[in-house]
Amino acid sequence: MRPLSIVVRTICNIFAWFVAIFGAYVILHGHLTPGGGFQGGAIVATFIALLLVAHGGKSFLGWVKKEIFSSFEGAGLVAFVCVGFLGLSTTFLYNFLALKGGLFGSAVPIGPNAGVLNSSGTIALANIAVGLEVVGGLSAILIFMFLGMRYVSEGGKEGVKDDK
Amino acid sequence: MSWQVHLPALVVSVPLLGAFISIAMVKPRLRNLWFATILVATTILAFLMWRYVAINGTLVYVMGGERWNLTLPSGMTLPIRIIMEVDAFGAFMALAGSIATLASGLFSVRFLDRVNDGNKFVALFFLLFAGMLGLEVTGDFFNFFVFLEIASVASFGLIAFWRDRPEAIEASFKYAVLSTFVALIFLIGVGILYGVYGTLNMAAIAKNMQVGFLEKLALVLFIVSLAMKSGAVPLHMWEPDAYGQAPAGVSCFLVVVGQASLYGMFRIAFSVYGQAFEGSVLAWVIIVLGLLSMFIGVIMAVIQKEAKRLMAYHCISQTGYMLMGIGLGLLALSSSQAMSEYGFTAMKGGIFHIINNAMYKGLLFLTAGSLFYATGTTNLNKLGGLARKMPYTTFMFAVAAAAIAGLPPFNGFVSKLLIYESSFVVHPFLAVVAMVTSILTLASFVKVFQSGFLGPSRDDLNNVREVPLSMVVGMMVLCVMIISLSMMPNWVLANLIEPAARDLVNQASYIQAVMGSGL
Amino acid sequence: MINNIPMLTVGALFVIGLYGVLFKRNIIKIAIAVSIIESSTNLFLIVLGYRTGGSIPVYTLAGEFKKMVLPTPQALTLTAIVIGLATTALLLTLIMLLYKHYGTLDVHEIRRLRG
Repeated sequence: MRPLSIVVRTICNIFAWFVAIFGAYVILHGHLTPGGGFQGGAIVATFIALLLVAHGGKSFLGWVKKEIFSSFEGAGLVAFVCVGFLGLSTTFLYNFLALKGGLFGSAVPIGPNAGVLNSSGTIALANIAVGLEVVGGLSAILIFMFLGMRYVSEGGKEGVKDDK
Repeated sequence: MSWQVHLPALVVSVPLLGAFISIAMVKPRLRNLWFATILVATTILAFLMWRYVAINGTLVYVMGGERWNLTLPSGMTLPIRIIMEVDAFGAFMALAGSIATLASGLFSVRFLDRVNDGNKFVALFFLLFAGMLGLEVTGDFFNFFVFLEIASVASFGLIAFWRDRPEAIEASFKYAVLSTFVALIFLIGVGILYGVYGTLNMAAIAKNMQVGFLEKLALVLFIVSLAMKSGAVPLHMWEPDAYGQAPAGVSCFLVVVGQASLYGMFRIAFSVYGQAFEGSVLAWVIIVLGLLSMFIGVIMAVIQKEAKRLMAYHCISQTGYMLMGIGLGLLALSSSQAMSEYGFTAMKGGIFHIINNAMYKGLLFLTAGSLFYATGTTNLNKLGGLARKMPYTTFMFAVAAAAIAGLPPFNGFVSKLLIYESSFVVHPFLAVVAMVTSILTLASFVKVFQSGFLGPSRDDLNNVREVPLSMVVGMMVLCVMIISLSMMPNWVLANLIEPAARDLVNQASYIQAVMGSGL
Repeated sequence: MINNIPMLTVGALFVIGLYGVLFKRNIIKIAIAVSIIESSTNLFLIVLGYRTGGSIPVYTLAGEFKKMVLPTPQALTLTAIVIGLATTALLLTLIMLLYKHYGTLDVHEIRRLRG
């Protein structure tokens, strides 16, 4: 894929970051508002897609190695399972942080209110883990599909075969 | 409270952890060690779970609950949270599945050296393992769907693992489209039951079950989707392609994954619908599916030239035996006289056949894999005279073929005899079809043995050698299992099979475990 | 009648998807048809949980409303969407590999496995 015109690239450079920030917001507020790890992660992956389309794959892969995304994916998944294991003294995936006062441990007041960010216990941790995983996973899918596209059109010289 | 109450969660989460960590393994030796460790650990966990259930009865586990058995908090009429429920039948399936998986994993360790992205193979393998065990321990419909999809997605990747081969990609695509479609059908069925009963828990639905039009519609959707996933005949066309094209260790594994779908079908038929479903239509549908699978599978197998494809068709025909055995049990469910007359014997036969099939069919796929490893082909016309060069493989193949054909000292004979006896009581025709199938199976494996291992040695196969040690060990696990199942059928029937059959029939105890006192 | 329109949409989408899976020859169209069936399933789950006049099922945001739509089907739908994404991505990857190997997207020409 070739880079798009300078207009697109400049606008992408300025505004793509807001997409990333919005995605991070959705992940972090997963326990308060509609959304959560998967949705926020998908939004952040859109940011990667924008960069990939606007700047072309060659320069994008020059900035970031694709192994980084795979490691994000693995780290997120391991973190999620570990959150489950940490509750094992009671039950698997038990919410051992909720209402304990510490990290993510505050109670939410009764009645309509804006919510408390520091609440909900392990749900927030799990959301962050899932967000990390989805950022890595979806970006890796995008990049591998991009490489595969080159692989198909150029008759299998590079891309999927040697590095997937 | 011992730590063993956590086993239903552990058997799922340990392979998941294994999958996710194996992505990051850099050194192949370390990864192989990790692969073997997690495999053995999960198998041990499955064994402990089986033993716990055998001693203490049905085990329920509330994911993330305040207590592991808090299924029904006070003031609730329906259970909340995701509940795992393992009775003797589920624990038995998990045990049989993990032994076959252990063998196929050990077999695949050497195979990993031949590919340059073994990490992904290990990750997908463990995902499939987690999905399979999850299907067998869960007590929640939606959770069942999720595990079904985890297992499906992992198996798409594993079937297409030789991505340089167009046939493998084609088989995987075919399976992917069909499997996604039927999984969505299953989800619609789950949605219908949720709409009627307001819960997703199998035991809670079973307690309130009153069979009307919507329930029948949901049942049809469940049976269609799970029959396809387990490879029963009208929807079997993906199975020879997928099993034939997957790496051999994976084919062995897919056999037990297919049986996990079969488990789901029986669980729904017995524990969720059970006696609320009046009439014998459901039982006859399952029996007829079994008859068709048995006969068409074996007929198609006889004409095959390619060893793995032939074995895949035999797998369809063996699925028919299980369907027929347990279908006969379902037929007898409403009358205790019929149950003692033929139903319970048929159930024992069907359930015994499940573990038998996992062992010998897995072993057959592994021997086909070692043929491929040694010679580079599984086409029977290009093989011959290998008995002298590959003595271990030949021995294992002979044992597995004798077992699948139902020759007397072997375990296949015991389970088939139980099925013949009981089906003869219902209608002689059923027993006749089962016996004819058995004879054709024998004929077809004699052909494979003769053209693959006996006969004059061929010039192009002169430098074939026996496969490496770890592959032999993998095959040995299943071979030892077959021989020990054959040596002590009475012990196996009394300790493994009968508790499983009794728990599957006993719908009340399945409901009671979740909806009981709400401890 | 007007209340049944969502359910009728579910049925219509399902039939369209089924038609696509069964009769279309282009494998990308088959993948699209699978996604359409997926959407119909998701819509079905959402419609199951809808209650007329209900508000969103988030406790702190619900405001003065006493009635909420059911949250469980929405959670199910989210999970089903995630799974659907994974299968769609896999299907498309397989299609890319198929195109590389066979040079065509026609199902009638992609059949080396038979018998």
